[in-house]
Amino acid sequence: MKKLLELKNVSLNYYTITDEITAVNGLSFYCYDGEFVSIIGPSGCGKTTILSLIAGLITPTSGSIFIDGSNKPTRENLGYMLQKDHLFPWRTIEKNVFLPLEIKKINNEKNRLYANLLLDKYGLKDFKKKYPSQLSGGMRQRVALIRTLVSNPKLLLLDEPFSALDSQTRLSVCDDVFSIIKAEKKTAVLVTHDISEAISMSDKIIVLTDRPAMVKSIFKPNLDGDSPLRRRENPNFSVLFEKIWKELHA
Amino acid sequence: MKKKKDLSPPHLLYVKKVKRENIFIWIMRFSILIFILGLWEVFASIGVIDPFISSSPSKIIVTIKTLWVENNLLRHMCITLYETMLGFLIAVGLGYVIALMLWWSEKLRKILEPYIVVLNSLPKIALGPIIIVWCGSGSKAIIFMAVLIGIIVAIITMLNGFLATDTNKILLLRSMGANKLQILAKLVIPGSLPTFISMLKISVGMAWVGSIMGEYLVSRAGLGYLIVYGGQVFKLDLVMASTVVLCLLATLMYALVAMLEKIIIKYDNK
Repeated sequence: MKKLLELKNVSLNYYTITDEITAVNGLSFYCYDGEFVSIIGPSGCGKTTILSLIAGLITPTSGSIFIDGSNKPTRENLGYMLQKDHLFPWRTIEKNVFLPLEIKKINNEKNRLYANLLLDKYGLKDFKKKYPSQLSGGMRQRVALIRTLVSNPKLLLLDEPFSALDSQTRLSVCDDVFSIIKAEKKTAVLVTHDISEAISMSDKIIVLTDRPAMVKSIFKPNLDGDSPLRRRENPNFSVLFEKIWKELHA
Repeated sequence: MKKKKDLSPPHLLYVKKVKRENIFIWIMRFSILIFILGLWEVFASIGVIDPFISSSPSKIIVTIKTLWVENNLLRHMCITLYETMLGFLIAVGLGYVIALMLWWSEKLRKILEPYIVVLNSLPKIALGPIIIVWCGSGSKAIIFMAVLIGIIVAIITMLNGFLATDTNKILLLRSMGANKLQILAKLVIPGSLPTFISMLKISVGMAWVGSIMGEYLVSRAGLGYLIVYGGQVFKLDLVMASTVVLCLLATLMYALVAMLEKIIIKYDNK
């Protein structure tokens, strides 16, 4: 299988007047095309920093990052989804979804049609002309996901995209996002501190050490079941949960 | 607007209650005005207060009428309005552009910060003599004063609005590959529209302060001139009448800005 994303010995230092801080130290991992990978680690270990590195928002001090074989991250290949939906309140749902097209200057008939197709397909047909404040939290997060999908990226970066939702909505949005990502055949890297979320969604879980972040261990859940909710019912789920929990607190 | 729905009886009752409360508030507002004006009029006419130094509502109305017919009140109004509007537009426009530049360059912002702080705390009226020497004693000096008083507040308010842009939203745009100009156009400017409106509201008040202040100092026409002149020759009727006209104009201008707010901000800002 093809490696869509590969980090090779990536380190990042940053400086304050008094200190030199190593945020990431010699980090290497990869994920295959179509894989769903979760990164999990103690809070403050630099998980978000890793996503920023992959997205090309920060340049690593050393090491290299390959996306689809190239180590110059062209951002057409990338979609970034944050904790909150960050929909712009002054834009309608439709206009919010068009935003990446405008930024990337590919706002043409064909791409707008694709955006509309996605909105229709994922139950937002009647909400296109509404403003974000008129939608529920779960729906807004779905719009945010579609916004990352409209430019047809190969790789999705998800930075705790469910943490701002209440626990009920969270489970269903988790299912929702998972099924959309699978249906659109995307590769995804999810950063989370929620172990059960990681187990239920991922093909591969990367556990990080405390700062500076390094790979501590890798788990492959391999639970059958085609949705995160279904996977939570698997007897191996709690076994794995315990293993990862111990790994994190060891 | 949505179609009118059939409301349930308790809902109807609630709507009625809210409406009744609104009517009550408006009645009370007018009552207070009428009460004060009435008391003023009565006290002045029976001699409890001296109408020579306190004027009276009826005298004010008569004075406004005479001013209109004999002294060309409209011309005075237009002059003051012209100075205020021009001062307002220049202060707002220039202030906005300078705030944009300060947002754009963090270095420039840091370099200029102490100057802005000093200019903000300096009472601009103290620059009156300098302005007169530089700009002469005409409309130009007054407009300059209005700009000077308005622009610093406009800059500071707008800059704070720009800087309050959610950093995560900026991150999101950057992850899409946006450059700084795109971030400005797609996010910072539309996102700071509510701040822009409140800046306009503040600036309306500032422009009036500036133009009237300026007219106190130098002018030979305008409402501020009428007020100062009235004070000097002890014609309190004239002072009060001009003040009332001024009040009406200022309220009108504020109302226009408030209307603008309704037109440009249609979304629920959450």
